[in-house]
Amino acid sequence: MDALLTEWPTITLAFWMTVKLAAVSAIGSLVLGTALTAMRVAPLATLRGAAGTYVTVARNTPLTLVLLFTGLGVGANLGVELSADIATNNFWLATIGLTAYTSAFVCEALRSGINTVPVGQAEAARSLGLGFVKTLALITLPQAFRAVIAPLGSILIALTKNTTIALVVGVSEASVRMREMIETYGDQVLQIFFGFALGFVVLCLPTGLLFGWLSRRLAVAR
Amino acid sequence: MSYANLYEVPGPRGVRRNRVLGAVIALALLGVAYVVYVRFDDKGQWAAEKWTPLLRADVWTTFILPGLAGTLLAAVAGVVLAGLFGLVFAAARLSEHRWVRVPAGAVVEFFRAVPLLLLIFFAFFGSYVLIGGNVSAFAAVVFGLTVYNGSVIAEIIRAGVLSLPRGQSEAAYAVGMRKSQVMRLVLLPQALRAMLPAVVSQFVVLLKDSALGLIVGYDELVDRGLNGIAANFSNVIPAAILIAAIFIVINLSLDRLAHWLNDRRSAGAR
Amino acid sequence: MFGTSRYAVVALLALALTACGSGEETYASIVDKAKNAKKLVVGVKADQPGLGLRTPDGSFSGFDIEVARYVARELGVKAEDVTFKETVSANREAFLQQGQVDMVVATYSINDARKEKVSFAGPYFVAGQDLLVRADEASLTGPEALNGKKLCSVAGSTPAQKVKESYAKEVQLQEERTYSACVDRVLGGQLDAITTDNVILAGYAAQHAGKLKVVGRTFSTEKYGIGLKKDDKQGRDAVNDALEKMFADGSWKKALEGSVGAAGFAVPQAPQLERY
Repeated sequence: MDALLTEWPTITLAFWMTVKLAAVSAIGSLVLGTALTAMRVAPLATLRGAAGTYVTVARNTPLTLVLLFTGLGVGANLGVELSADIATNNFWLATIGLTAYTSAFVCEALRSGINTVPVGQAEAARSLGLGFVKTLALITLPQAFRAVIAPLGSILIALTKNTTIALVVGVSEASVRMREMIETYGDQVLQIFFGFALGFVVLCLPTGLLFGWLSRRLAVAR
Repeated sequence: MSYANLYEVPGPRGVRRNRVLGAVIALALLGVAYVVYVRFDDKGQWAAEKWTPLLRADVWTTFILPGLAGTLLAAVAGVVLAGLFGLVFAAARLSEHRWVRVPAGAVVEFFRAVPLLLLIFFAFFGSYVLIGGNVSAFAAVVFGLTVYNGSVIAEIIRAGVLSLPRGQSEAAYAVGMRKSQVMRLVLLPQALRAMLPAVVSQFVVLLKDSALGLIVGYDELVDRGLNGIAANFSNVIPAAILIAAIFIVINLSLDRLAHWLNDRRSAGAR
Repeated sequence: MFGTSRYAVVALLALALTACGSGEETYASIVDKAKNAKKLVVGVKADQPGLGLRTPDGSFSGFDIEVARYVARELGVKAEDVTFKETVSANREAFLQQGQVDMVVATYSINDARKEKVSFAGPYFVAGQDLLVRADEASLTGPEALNGKKLCSVAGSTPAQKVKESYAKEVQLQEERTYSACVDRVLGGQLDAITTDNVILAGYAAQHAGKLKVVGRTFSTEKYGIGLKKDDKQGRDAVNDALEKMFADGSWKKALEGSVGAAGFAVPQAPQLERY
């Protein structure tokens, strides 16, 4: 236990980075994922094609490579600099990568959510004179969201765990700290692992429970 | 699935407007692509000497194919063992006995909440403490893939079993089957069929996750392919594009397979 | 269902077999293995140009490889019977303990913590931490000049931290997964320097001759040793004898010049062996 106790401040700092990465990327993925969903059901074939291609590519590429593309591709080669400070810049690049990857899954979930909304809903909206954007924004998407709260919860949990791969763009969060600690305190591997594993359980389990509760509470009664 | 019910069928003016909008958007997307192309060109990423190595036969036989073999080997072992793990723990979580159900639930929830990277890392370095010997990188990777994806699959199968009509198990009991027979012969096979698409997409996740093996030095596609090629020709980006393309092709074929199985199943059901 | 479980059992067995390794005979010392089996497996780096690099034809090249081949020959194993196996920093000790490799020649620094797990022959090279910069960079003459600059290192390595603590408090550190990625970013101009052992840097400078240069002011010493199974005193002595001969007959200097010399890397004196 010594290592975990003496290193307590650095561990909490590392987990704080995990939480920040997950929170910012979660908001980003929700926004981008919703936009992608709207594109995929839009009347314009160009939009549908672009969004479909994007989702296929992002969903089927290992996250390691997605983050490599954001770090080296977007960061180094496109010359996108989000901050003069390297650590801050890397943080934002990591959230871009995580968002790019996770939003594809959000899009897939939302699309299946739209499938659960009865056809009559959109037809009724159209007969009231609502156009595509209003039908989607006021009628279909709100119901779709309420249908896929549980899957969105699973995506958020996956995202929280996926932050461990942010080390590819040089962000040191919890998993990096764990690796360093295993190097330094080679005799306490078990305690270190269970300490960090517990940290992730503490982050992920309540998320799962909360979203399960929300999905039951907000389910559309039909 | 078509979403045409979300908007009116456009009239002649609407069609024209949509065409113009579509063209504008296509141009905007092409513009973005062009900017990316130019910026990459500035950094010399399209230089021939960075791309031609990817066409050499020896690059494929030395780096890409062995890496691909490593990835597929870990993925296949992971799929088989995770499937087995999932079946066992799904059944255990559905057990009538509290002392089986609760520990099985705890195991599944634990492994679902811990990042795979930590699991692989732990298997590799913790094995010395736990079993007094080191395990190979392959074993560490397969362990991580198995317990994590196995736990997810256990939950998928459990959900599948719970979604079956009560009449299924009642009828099975009525013909005199024992509990284990009901589970093994009636419930699990049906649940597995119903949940096949979800199980296959989990296998796609598993295949992609095998790329994490590189942190313990397992010879897979990203480590051997990407890093090996880049060390020789310093072409990280072109090599990464190639490796990503290989992953996408494999995963799309898995997707196709899932659809095909699904179609065959629904055809059989009819 | 029964079909499924039968396959699973087969897979489990296969896994168990792979995990345990093939049941080859184990030898107490590398000397016995070389004498009886006439074969050796050497753990090397596979992604470091100039030191240990897997080339497209499937063979390995670099200074570490030359050293390994020389030592193997002295132990009575022909070059074609030496198998090279990739090791990464995380698994060098494990490979030696498991007997997956007979020796490790992979920019492996001798230190006390590692001596608890493996034993070391050598050092066969004394490296020092240095900086790699763009060839036209005149202002970066040493670690003190790094204030306000951007320095690259590989994740999980300590050298960059040392620069920040002891030489340039204002330096910004970028961690990459591989040195190739660092090199890419320094060549591209987003980062200013890479730090690690000079001989590793020289390998990259040689690969990008004319574009990158090693600053040439080392500020630490790292003794590269040949890792052997713990308590293999006989093997240690034999390998040390081989190294001594390699230093004396000029092969050592030639191997170094051939591997990393292209970048104008000044070949130092052969190191003093530390027998124990």
